Amino acid sequence: MELVKEAMNGSERAIAQLITMVENEVPGWIEAMKQLYPHTGNAYLIGFTGPTGSGKSTLVDRIVLTLCNQDCNVGVIAVDPSSPFTGGALLGDRIRMGNITNKEKVFIRSLGTRGGLGGISQATSDVSKILDASGKEFILIETVGIGQDEVEIVQIVDTSIVVSVPGLGDDVQTIKAGVMEIGDIFVVNKADREGADHVATMIRTMLDLKPSANLWKQPVIKTIATKNQGVDELIAQIMSHRRHLIENDLLGAKRKERIGREVTKLLERRISQYVHDRIEGIHSLKDFVEQINNRERDPYSCVDLLLEVLEKK
Amino acid sequence: MVAKPGLDGHDRGAKVIVRALRDAGMEVIYTGLRQTPEQIVSATLQEDINVLLLSILSGAHGHLFPAILRGLKEKGMEKVLVIGGGVIPQEDIPDLKQAGISEIFGPGTSTETIITYIKEHLPS
Repeated sequence: MELVKEAMNGSERAIAQLITMVENEVPGWIEAMKQLYPHTGNAYLIGFTGPTGSGKSTLVDRIVLTLCNQDCNVGVIAVDPSSPFTGGALLGDRIRMGNITNKEKVFIRSLGTRGGLGGISQATSDVSKILDASGKEFILIETVGIGQDEVEIVQIVDTSIVVSVPGLGDDVQTIKAGVMEIGDIFVVNKADREGADHVATMIRTMLDLKPSANLWKQPVIKTIATKNQGVDELIAQIMSHRRHLIENDLLGAKRKERIGREVTKLLERRISQYVHDRIEGIHSLKDFVEQINNRERDPYSCVDLLLEVLEKK
Repeated sequence: MVAKPGLDGHDRGAKVIVRALRDAGMEVIYTGLRQTPEQIVSATLQEDINVLLLSILSGAHGHLFPAILRGLKEKGMEKVLVIGGGVIPQEDIPDLKQAGISEIFGPGTSTETIITYIKEHLPS
């Protein structure tokens, strides 16, 4: 496929078009991913997650600027929420990325979640592969602003960074399950605000209660992204985590796990599409809904019935 | 994508447009204020934009719009539908259209008009 070749040679136009193709599942997208796949696996993937307005985009801007000045090739994927009603979205992460929007070695792409509930969209991982195959050395993925439970990012990156800010709650928040469990590195941004030291201490205490299984001691770093403070330390910690994964043979294991999940997910998607296409033709769901609503049938027996018909086909 | 080229610091109008297009089911990127033509061209390219709306109040449209259009052409993006808005004198409109701006919408235009225009002129 010409587009894949051009993208791999670094053509921004081709990369952009390929991403659109994959995101919109335009026929041929799977073929394109197949061609591209052997050339992936070279980029290092870094995820940023945290609450709305915690400064993820600004941090990404500053980190990419520094990497760029070190002559690195960098990709950025910034996810913002899609409307559950209209499908429309305001993708506004570029607003805070003024330092890196016209840098020769930086490619930024904004994505809507399009129904994804884990903080990223379904296509996010595939988009990172396109950037990977096009020669990006580092790919930074920024999730939507999240709450407590959107942890899908951890499944698609090598280093996960959880960004917190002062003033969001008491220490019980740090010992809840979910997001606070996924950080390889914790950042307390807006550290010039009151309470920053307290948040950092609470996170450290939380981490001390259960030392990380793979001997990596998750650092807690205070930053003021707008003033570029703490950014160098954060980059140093990202590199240190990367070294840790490589030196202890953990990166390979992490990526194999990811591949396993990916194959399962892809299979589920295809099966679900397959079933959906056939069910549509067999029974009108509308009739079922009517009957179920009148309590003439129940949802569970309906599914039994549909499966039976599917199997016979 | 809605972009604010040049140095003016007012984007209430741009944000209203962004919101209206979002509610019409579109994915809208907003660049934020004070973008150079090069930044806008680069974003249009990387985001694979179909429709570019330029909002400007500073009076520098005669310089900035053609610069953006030239940049798009250089990158092979001449198919992008480019629309202008903001404060643009009537007498400047013919030149801007000549340069490749598809339509100019001034103050008082309903968002519905803009949405309809986009849907009718969306590049294939």
